[in-house]
Amino acid sequence: MNATVAAITWRAMVGRRRALLLLALPFVLLAFAATLRLAGVADAGSARIVLGAFALGTLVPLLGLIIGTGVIGPEIDDGSIVYLLSKPVSRLSIVLTKLAVATACIVLFAVLPTLLAGLLMAGNDRGLAVGYAAGGLVGGVAYCALFLLLGVISRHAVVIGLLYALLWETLIGGYVPGARTLSVQQWAVSLTSSLVDEGTVHADVRLAAAVPLLVVVTVGATVLAGQRLRSLTLAGED
Amino acid sequence: MSTIQIDRVSRWYGNVVAVNDVSMTVGPGVTGLLGPNGAGKSTLIHLMAGFLPASSGSVTLDGAAVWHNEGVYRRIGLVPEREAMYDFMTGWQFTLANATLHGLPDPGAAATRALDTVEMAFAKDRRLETYSKGMKQRVKMAAALVHDPAVLLLDEPFNGMDPRQRLQLMALIRRMGADGRTVLFSSHILEEVEQVASHIEVVVAGRHAASGDFRAIRRLMIDRPHMFLIRSSDDRELAAALIADGSTAAVELDARERALRVQAVDFQRFVALLPRLAREHGLRLYEVSPSDESLESVFSYLVAT
Repeated sequence: MNATVAAITWRAMVGRRRALLLLALPFVLLAFAATLRLAGVADAGSARIVLGAFALGTLVPLLGLIIGTGVIGPEIDDGSIVYLLSKPVSRLSIVLTKLAVATACIVLFAVLPTLLAGLLMAGNDRGLAVGYAAGGLVGGVAYCALFLLLGVISRHAVVIGLLYALLWETLIGGYVPGARTLSVQQWAVSLTSSLVDEGTVHADVRLAAAVPLLVVVTVGATVLAGQRLRSLTLAGED
Repeated sequence: MSTIQIDRVSRWYGNVVAVNDVSMTVGPGVTGLLGPNGAGKSTLIHLMAGFLPASSGSVTLDGAAVWHNEGVYRRIGLVPEREAMYDFMTGWQFTLANATLHGLPDPGAAATRALDTVEMAFAKDRRLETYSKGMKQRVKMAAALVHDPAVLLLDEPFNGMDPRQRLQLMALIRRMGADGRTVLFSSHILEEVEQVASHIEVVVAGRHAASGDFRAIRRLMIDRPHMFLIRSSDDRELAAALIADGSTAAVELDARERALRVQAVDFQRFVALLPRLAREHGLRLYEVSPSDESLESVFSYLVAT
């Protein structure tokens, strides 16, 4: 970990207009939850649907994509990463630091709003609010690690990430049960399912499979990102 | 005192060869890397700075490979060509961050010293995005100097600078070289290079074309066949007089252009001869223009020899 890298990354993430983009989705979630509550239709049933489809199904992957690629992609694109890389600092520690900042952002913009929305709609009835927040956290970290790696290896990280989230997880995962085994979202749901009251949330992937997969993807993507950053070539003008 | 050694280095991208079997040694003092745009100067600097692996050959700093070696940055300061910095930071924050990233014992003092060196202390509390190009260049320089490196690599540092900024930077680079640092900067302008560099390496089309002090490079550029286009009151008579002298190798009557094309092999003698001949033969010279003075043709001549 490197405090200077963390400070620069944090400022680049939340110090500018991008922060507004990060705030928009959690705002929609909270506004929706508040509306349901005011309308008197908020209960464990509606909370499960909103948190499952919107919080874990949309907010977490999208913010994971924006934040995961955002902590490193723009710097590589515009070349300013050279000021971090021309230093005797281990590349893995740069990646770890950026992942830590991404995690902080995910907690702030996705996990806490999920928890709040859950509490707003159903208290912590059947453990839903905490369960979905915990699922959002592990899923969010895995997304960040994955999309950070994507940001290091490709200039088209956002597009590829969107294709993964929309096509693979949502579309193919929706029709082909087998695809769900290889879906960050389903692993997160598996964790949520194990934390809430039994029978409340259905999971396609067993916890015994989901946890190792989450760990392998998060750690593997981080180590690989460190290696790729070490071999990053900066293209010259000629 | 540090030395960069480039040993039979080639670098290609797919089918495109950017650097072709180049060997050079860059030692203390100021070295200018001279070449037209697209010659591979940037690629060479990236190779030396450890931001590009050689496809073949080796790049070392005092015997240690620079690629995949983060430790070399303790001795290298790099001033990249690209403008992008962390624009939301002030000059001070940016320089301080660079000092801290180097793990210096007293980063604050180092940042202050570096900003003083480049004379940017007056604007250190302004955000980088408010800086002019010349100011950005100087803060980039401060960031590169913050750990007092033995080697300083600058990629096209004079690009886009106004004359006053140019002079300031030239003085700074000269001073860095006089301090015993190994300074290398790239440029496509000979006049720029010869004002600053004690030693010049010329690259053209990815190949190492020439090497030496600026006098040697100048001589190479002057002592080459020069092409002239001449219009006079009697081209045919002038042609006869010119070919009789040893300073010309070829004279052609270009009927379409209604002009003479002359290849002069002895530049100094030819430029003295031409007006004298014109006077002796009572000819008027309407136009005398060098027809291949573009830098590219000068460089391509250097490569061919």
